[in-house]
Amino acid sequence: MFVAKTLMVIGTALLFIAAIGVNRLPDFYTRAHAATKPDTLGLISLMLGLSIYHGFDLSSVKMLLIVVFVALANPAATHALGKAAIHNGLLPVTLKQLRGEGEKP
Amino acid sequence: MSFLQWITIFVAISLALPFWRVARGFTIYDRMVGISVVGTNTVILICLVGQIYGRIDMFVDIAIAYAMLNFSGGLVMAKYLDTTGGEPR
Repeated sequence: MFVAKTLMVIGTALLFIAAIGVNRLPDFYTRAHAATKPDTLGLISLMLGLSIYHGFDLSSVKMLLIVVFVALANPAATHALGKAAIHNGLLPVTLKQLRGEGEKP
Repeated sequence: MSFLQWITIFVAISLALPFWRVARGFTIYDRMVGISVVGTNTVILICLVGQIYGRIDMFVDIAIAYAMLNFSGGLVMAKYLDTTGGEPR
């Protein structure tokens, strides 16, 4: 039970970090980075913790199926979105723009 | 309150935060990223509510369907924006 609760607390912290990063980062590409990696790892950790908390069952096997599917699908969807953005001419932010010397991003 | 209810409250808070990015978002791609984060949090929230209610065998199927719909919706929107050339800003 201690392992399950620790995994769930870690997953909740990662989801909160992902939510803050989507709001606070300066660019689309950095926001996509914040939306993909901490969010996927948070879902993996929280689902593993929930399946250990529930005990071995058909439902916990289905939760592991959700983990495998989202770990494959979520970065693929965000990668397709980033490819669409770079094909349509959305430029990433530069260091000068972050310091306020150039034009606004 | 029990442990799972506290976890559910914090997941609901981190579900509500990206709606600011969805409403404000400078480009259409930022809105799609916010929608993706909201969908991922919703999958977890459905499983946690099912575990609290004691009906996880029913709720986990809804979570699987929601994860598949979230993935296919994001992929279809990305391909649509790629082919039609959405506005860059």
